[in-house]
Amino acid sequence: MTMGTSGPTASRGAGIPACHGGIATEGLSIRAGAFSLSGLSFEIPQGEYAVLMGRTGSGKTTILEAICGLRRVTAGRIRLAGRDVTNLRPADRGIGYVPQDRALFKTMTVREHLAFSLAVRKCNDGLTARRVGELAAWLGLESLLERRPEGLSGGEAQRVALGRALASHPVLLLLDEPLSALDDQTREETYALLRTVRRQTGVTVLHVTHSRSEFEALGTRLLLLENGSVREGKLNT
Amino acid sequence: MSTQPLPRASPPASEPEAGAAPARVRMRSDWPFFACLSILGGVYIVLIIALLLADASFTSPGHLWSALASPEIRYAIKLSLISCTITALLSLWVAVPLGYLLSRCDFPGRNLVDTVLDIPIVLPPLVIGLSLLILFQTRLGRLVESVVPVTFAIPSVILAQFSVACAFAVRTMRVSFDQLSPRSEQVALTLGCSRAQAFWLVAVPEARRGVLTAATLSWARALGEFGPILVFSGATRMRTEVLPTTVFLELSVGNIEAAVAVSLLMVAAALLVLLTLRFFGSETFFGKGIQP
Repeated sequence: MTMGTSGPTASRGAGIPACHGGIATEGLSIRAGAFSLSGLSFEIPQGEYAVLMGRTGSGKTTILEAICGLRRVTAGRIRLAGRDVTNLRPADRGIGYVPQDRALFKTMTVREHLAFSLAVRKCNDGLTARRVGELAAWLGLESLLERRPEGLSGGEAQRVALGRALASHPVLLLLDEPLSALDDQTREETYALLRTVRRQTGVTVLHVTHSRSEFEALGTRLLLLENGSVREGKLNT
Repeated sequence: MSTQPLPRASPPASEPEAGAAPARVRMRSDWPFFACLSILGGVYIVLIIALLLADASFTSPGHLWSALASPEIRYAIKLSLISCTITALLSLWVAVPLGYLLSRCDFPGRNLVDTVLDIPIVLPPLVIGLSLLILFQTRLGRLVESVVPVTFAIPSVILAQFSVACAFAVRTMRVSFDQLSPRSEQVALTLGCSRAQAFWLVAVPEARRGVLTAATLSWARALGEFGPILVFSGATRMRTEVLPTTVFLELSVGNIEAAVAVSLLMVAAALLVLLTLRFFGSETFFGKGIQP
């Protein structure tokens, strides 16, 4: 597999890089208790599948939380699909987020998960039902629609979390170690599913992991988080 | 690279020599451990059952019927059930938001708020009653009294119960929210929710067992409340008399049979409510969804 070559590398220039549909950060500083990251600049062009790699505890999840709007940014800007989202609420950013533990809603069925973001945005029932049916068929969840999270396997729960995040057509999909704690067969199935997601939706993906094999299987762009800064990486084959 | 075989590990001292008769392997049993736990815990269970049996042996169905036939006791039962239910609902109304704030938000003075919440728990109930009485003698208290009579009236019963029971409900709700990961609410925020929507649609439903436990605890606590009610509401028959007041009044005139009968009625009412709430809090009621 080769690196994607269409976009510029991690940049540190003046101003926010032009970003048509993708995501760009410029001089991002984040503080999480005693831990902090500063001056993070990187860009992911639209439709790319970027894999952010770094050691455990290096701050990969913190970066995802900042992009989502769940963690306050102390300096810098985030531009998403051509607009500055740095100070927007998480709800207004148009980002689908799948955390490492999936964080499914314990009291809701699979159907309610898939419909959640549409119901919150007050979409009409017909549209919601159509989208739920579409996602369920696509993700192989049709027979599981009335189940609650405790009745799902790891792979099924992952598909539900993915469907929930994709339901309202986000411009950016953030995946935090989506393949951890999956067995080999489920991992291969999830690889195939994630490739299909990217191909069919054209969504820009930022996938956080510390596994190089996940980049080799899925990524078109490698970002390395080392010594508190993000740089574009190269695949050594 | 060395190809020498690894030295054979020497057998443990207890391993028998080849050809020797096998030594009896001593099986260590866990039963003494569990027996100790059972004895220590069992003593308390036996004490509770002994108390109830002693009460039951001291009364008869006739005493119970005559207690139930008394209009004063019927009034006390009605007032107890209504005031405890209102207290439980008011406690939840305060405990759910306050427990959530204490669990999820890091605001200035949080530790102080946390400490203040312990005051009703550690203060003697009589002191709570006295403090309420004094509070309603202040200018603010008299202003309230001019609109709604509180002291020595039915609202004072509810306020006295609420002052103590709510602290227990808040503690329960705080622990419930602490045990829930905030991640689900964070995901809900990214899915289009405001903080209020994430609270109502995700956090509160996930904390439903905590809500039921808080309701149960505050109801039960309110049913047993006596000290603050005696001081703040008085013990006026057919007016501010709740079941603990009845027990006190019957004891004070030497009518022990009636006091015991009312005590057993309280036990029966408490058991009924606790078992009902436990059923509604069970998986049977909430359902577990379809299992694979």
